[in-house]
Amino acid sequence: MTTIMTTPGAQTRRGRFFKLDMWTATSLGLLLLFGLFLLYPLFGVLKESVLDGEGGFTFANFAKFFANDYYFGTIRNSFMVSLAVTVVSLVIGVPFSYFYTFFKLRGAKFLFVGAVLSCMSAPFIGAYAWILLLGRNGIATRLLEAVLPFSIGSIYGFGGIVLVLSLKLFPLVSVYMNAAFRSVDISLLEAASLMGSTGLRRIWQVMIRLTVPTLLAASLLVFMRAFADFGTPMLIGEGYRTFTVEIYNQYLGEIGQNHNFAAAIGIVGVVVTAAVFLLQKFAANKFSFSLKAGSPVQKRRPRGIGGALVYLYMYALIGLALLPQLYIVYLSFRNNNQVVFLPGYSLDNYRQAMSRLLGRSVYNTIFFAVVALVIIIAVSVLLAYLVVRRSNAVNNFLDTVSMLPYIMPGAVIGIGLVIAFNSPPLALTGTMTVMIIMLVIRRMPYTIRSATATLMHLPMSMEEAARSLGASKLKAFWRITVPMMSAGVASGAVLSFVAIVTEMSAGIILYNNQTITLTMSAYVAITRGSYGLACAFSAILTVLTAVLLAVYLKFTKEEDVKM
Amino acid sequence: MSVSITITDAVKRYGDTTVISDLSVQIGSGEFFTLLGPSGCGKTTLLRMIAGFNTVEAGDIHFNEKRINDVEPSKRRIGMVFQNYAIFPHLSVRKNVEFGLRNMDFPRKEVRDKAQEFIELVQIGRWADQMPDRLSGGQQQRVALARALVTSPDVLLMDEPLSNLDAKLRVEMREVIREIQKRVGITTVYVTHDQEEAMAVSDRIAVMKDGVIQQLGTPRELYHRPANMFVSSFIGRTNTLDGQLTVRDGQTHLVVADADLVIPDLPSAADAVGPVKVAVRPEEFVLDTAATTGIPAVVDHGVFLGVNTHYFLTLADGTAIEAIQESEFDEALEPGATVFLDVKRHKVNIFDSAGEHNLRTRAAAEVVGS
Repeated sequence: MTTIMTTPGAQTRRGRFFKLDMWTATSLGLLLLFGLFLLYPLFGVLKESVLDGEGGFTFANFAKFFANDYYFGTIRNSFMVSLAVTVVSLVIGVPFSYFYTFFKLRGAKFLFVGAVLSCMSAPFIGAYAWILLLGRNGIATRLLEAVLPFSIGSIYGFGGIVLVLSLKLFPLVSVYMNAAFRSVDISLLEAASLMGSTGLRRIWQVMIRLTVPTLLAASLLVFMRAFADFGTPMLIGEGYRTFTVEIYNQYLGEIGQNHNFAAAIGIVGVVVTAAVFLLQKFAANKFSFSLKAGSPVQKRRPRGIGGALVYLYMYALIGLALLPQLYIVYLSFRNNNQVVFLPGYSLDNYRQAMSRLLGRSVYNTIFFAVVALVIIIAVSVLLAYLVVRRSNAVNNFLDTVSMLPYIMPGAVIGIGLVIAFNSPPLALTGTMTVMIIMLVIRRMPYTIRSATATLMHLPMSMEEAARSLGASKLKAFWRITVPMMSAGVASGAVLSFVAIVTEMSAGIILYNNQTITLTMSAYVAITRGSYGLACAFSAILTVLTAVLLAVYLKFTKEEDVKM
Repeated sequence: MSVSITITDAVKRYGDTTVISDLSVQIGSGEFFTLLGPSGCGKTTLLRMIAGFNTVEAGDIHFNEKRINDVEPSKRRIGMVFQNYAIFPHLSVRKNVEFGLRNMDFPRKEVRDKAQEFIELVQIGRWADQMPDRLSGGQQQRVALARALVTSPDVLLMDEPLSNLDAKLRVEMREVIREIQKRVGITTVYVTHDQEEAMAVSDRIAVMKDGVIQQLGTPRELYHRPANMFVSSFIGRTNTLDGQLTVRDGQTHLVVADADLVIPDLPSAADAVGPVKVAVRPEEFVLDTAATTGIPAVVDHGVFLGVNTHYFLTLADGTAIEAIQESEFDEALEPGATVFLDVKRHKVNIFDSAGEHNLRTRAAAEVVGS
């Protein structure tokens, strides 16, 4: 009976695969796009990495990298610092979301918005602000050294990177853990307490163990971000050299450029991230189990000394995380003579910024972001539909390929695009087009994930109902499926938008004077040592990010925030 | 060791609303005691007060002589089976059962042996080393039961444990629960809204409504001698009729739906002369097609259910009633037929006009009281 039932179905499925309908055409179109703008550039990087200066095949670049600790050390450094950032983010982020989820805190909304804001800020602003605070000439350094009998140590190097990135990335852990803690059924905790598991023991035996899958997922995210980060180690790393900085130096450095070697380092970086990614997948599978929905734990008011400590922890952490942004905005109004801040306040920095491409930077930033976002949304919706509703080998391949940028440091994508489109027939380097392509590729995975997840939860029967009422396939898709997906896609898209606005590590390889964005302008000002200008650009960027996030949070329920 | 539970004048308030006011009840050692009532009646609230998850605003709860109001749930020596089982999804079946023992610092071997003993008791040995999400509802229920009992608690609490199971499994599992409770001999407090389930498992049942115990008794007492109209209609099915009680020539006469019935064993009838409520269970009607006297009724329709046939009839005043008869092959009652009903007079319950007191039991109580 079963055989008879299934055979025709199988045939239909096979038949559909070869039928050239609208969706097959879409598959092929996406395949072409991904092939041209993602796989081909990647292949370019790979090819570049095994070429010597004269164009001959060689493994010398890799040999040089692994044989020489001066270079190999960079990847080790990146790995160690990312590991440290991950651990610190977990250590500060898990208590944060525990308190946030289980206590009724005053100003909870503020705490949440603050966390999201610090996480989504441009990558280097935190580092720059901390240098201004705790660097060699930092205001806090001078204050503390006048007061304290001992030296406070250097902000530069390993410690500084960990400080800046942990404060920036712990909200990722929190957003994920909030959801996980919320989904813990109260009766599991009650059952545990009846069996002698209470207090800290219960938190460890039940709470943490139940959220291990989420912990692993959040750890991976933090690690990936820290590993691929370029702005922070570039500014605050100094002697502590990471591989992203080394790629930049090899590719754009003022002395001794070696594009082939830069490509090789990039490839090594990709391999390491891929390995970490797979390791996490493996671990997540081992720990996976399904959590039934139940009634969540009731929030309670924090009381007594413990309650005061909870408040102190929450507000101190968020204060610390927001400090850089606030300090930068403050400094942007301070008078200065390029290198030293002077007493008094004015808008001079902004006036100066106007003469330094501020208008163009803002215009480019917004223009690129809007165009890139439109493309991202279109591709994400189509791809999500193909993957969820038309699952076949080609579409699953597309799905996997679309996630590749997730494990690729921005620099690798930047270099890849330069290599691929440097010469005719597609000479795009230096154009706005290539900037937009870069942004689309870099930030697509987030929206694709949220679109796919949304569609997976939409019952097929909706479309079938529309079809049974006489709607064509196309009409059912446009009038039924797309509107139902819109909420989920929008929430992913806004975060893509913020990430696009603060894009740095690939942009730095591709930008020029015509395609400069706010992040680039701020970064250029920082590297040229003009404090006031740098602060003005950073402040504008910060405010722009904050406004976008405010809009996002206004229209998104907190439970749906995904980063 | 099993304990008796004494609840004295317990009060539960949420903000300004009092959910339970001055509730007192005594639960015997080793007894299977059920809190039964419609949703929102406070039965789960009371159970969670015993467990310690809800605070007690006033009154006392004792386990034997020990007052446990302020004892931590973890120190009350309680085993609990939750409505959704609350099986830890990240632990295997065996680890779930071992969880409580491990927290009690038993030696490793003892933990294993004890867990194995209870795994076998509830017959889940085959799945012992699987993760619980592979298990069916009934199997998860067994895990929850083993896990609750393995630490040899003094009291077993069960909060609607069968409500997530399908009908057939519910019947099977209630037998399992009853049997295991008997074998372990543990004082058990069981919460359910299913009256049939309550009667099947319980030694005694407390029927609750609006935070007040309406009646406390054995399943048999609740069914045959409900204390008031609420219990009468909540337990089993009941036809409620208006009647008139009179005493003539030393005999109690009940006039109901144009029929005059002589009711035996109603000594306090003289005090209750006047309008009354009569509760007649469907099987307490006698439907004899040959009868020419009794309560006249018109057959609306009949539903054949194998053993019995349910008849739906309409009385002269338009009241719809239900009667159950043992089924026969050649049943002649067609819709529209007029019949005369009698009632089993020693079984029907008669309440005062407010429906708050059962005249049969009140009589007995007052006799004892005087």
